[in-house]
Amino acid sequence: MKTRIQARTHRIGNGIALTALAGALALLAPAAHGEESPRVIELTAKRFEFAPNRITLKKGEPVVLRLKSKDVVHGLYLKPLGIDTEISPDKTTDVPVTPQVTGQFTAICHHFCGSGHGNMHLTVVVE
Amino acid sequence: MAEPIDRRRFLRVMGMSLGVGALYRVLPAWADQGAAGDVVRTLARANGERLTPFTFVQLSDSHVGFQGPPNPTGTLAFEKAVQVINGLAKPPDLVLFTGDLTHDSEDRDERVRRMRRFAELAKRIKAPNKKMVPGEHDAGIDGGALYQELFGESSYSFDHRGVHFVALDNVSRAKPEVGADRIAWLEKDLARFPPTAPIVVFTHRPLFDLRPDWEWFTSDGDQVMELLNRFENVTVLYGHIHREDVHVTPHAHHYAARSLIFAFPDPEKTPEKKPIPFDKEHPFRNLGLRVVHAGPGAAAPDTVALGVEEVELTLREHSGTEGFQQLLKPTTA
Repeated sequence: MKTRIQARTHRIGNGIALTALAGALALLAPAAHGEESPRVIELTAKRFEFAPNRITLKKGEPVVLRLKSKDVVHGLYLKPLGIDTEISPDKTTDVPVTPQVTGQFTAICHHFCGSGHGNMHLTVVVE
Repeated sequence: MAEPIDRRRFLRVMGMSLGVGALYRVLPAWADQGAAGDVVRTLARANGERLTPFTFVQLSDSHVGFQGPPNPTGTLAFEKAVQVINGLAKPPDLVLFTGDLTHDSEDRDERVRRMRRFAELAKRIKAPNKKMVPGEHDAGIDGGALYQELFGESSYSFDHRGVHFVALDNVSRAKPEVGADRIAWLEKDLARFPPTAPIVVFTHRPLFDLRPDWEWFTSDGDQVMELLNRFENVTVLYGHIHREDVHVTPHAHHYAARSLIFAFPDPEKTPEKKPIPFDKEHPFRNLGLRVVHAGPGAAAPDTVALGVEEVELTLREHSGTEGFQQLLKPTTA
């Protein structure tokens, strides 16, 4: 009997210890998450549009634009945010961005992709 | 030594409107005497040609093959411009085409047809020399392969009557850039010229940030301009933006030509890049030809100023709906 009570206590004690440990980890996780896992925004380019065609960012917040093409090589260019990249159909391109300015901007496809190329725009709002 | 002559006014266009083709009449800003004579002789030694007066025309963005709401008349404006040039009292020495000769197509055979149609129309111009650079519609999709197959090199240079002309491709890399190889070529090409040599660069996209979010820029354009900074007389002629523009820097004047297909609005007044709608009553509005006349400079008599005369592609004999229908009938030429 004594042994079973002791075992139960031990298990409960272990449970409390494990819970405490998990809680401590949970408290630590947000800081670790902000540094190692920026918000990922997935964008797809195809003739002749970006999807989505509007994204919202926050000044100072690091994000990753995860870019894919559904057809041919496209580009994404937005000088105020330092974005200048090509988007290939055979791979995913991650572009880290931490906006330092606020406003509404228009990113363009700057890799000629056909006669509708001039209409490929992405609205980027930085709050 | 005599007072240095203001060589910066070697090529200057007065007024803002350049028309669908801009006709430049160039006269040297100096006489063949004294210090001025030294300048002329230096130029002659540098490139083998003596600087003499001449006339040339810039045409741009004909977009042969384009059919759409902003212009349902196809190549009609181009054909009219050819007629106007051929009607001039004195034919120009030289015609420069600054890109987007054709409109892009998914079908390679169609691209060939459009390039051949462009060549056919250009051939009608009665001028002994015609030179061109591609636009992104001509060369962006395949690195310039088809354009070079049909028209030859996309970057090159030549001298004409004492002026050094440079054709500079800033479209074949698909992105708005000249590229390191072409910039290295340009540096070698310019090395033999003294700072006083008149240089005319003709290209497609602006070599400065005119409106980057409308793709009106060249990412390494500043490197090109840095190579040109040591020269006193630099003129850059370009197209792409389908409207006239004049941009003056301490070392160069940049002039954009209107297109032969449709116009874009003023980027400083419009948030969106949308073609100006077609007007049946004025089908060639914003498309036209400019004639430039040389005259004595206003600031000093030993400088040259270039006066500009607008030549509109008028349709006075075709007005109203009936006239517009006549306009759309195929030409027999």
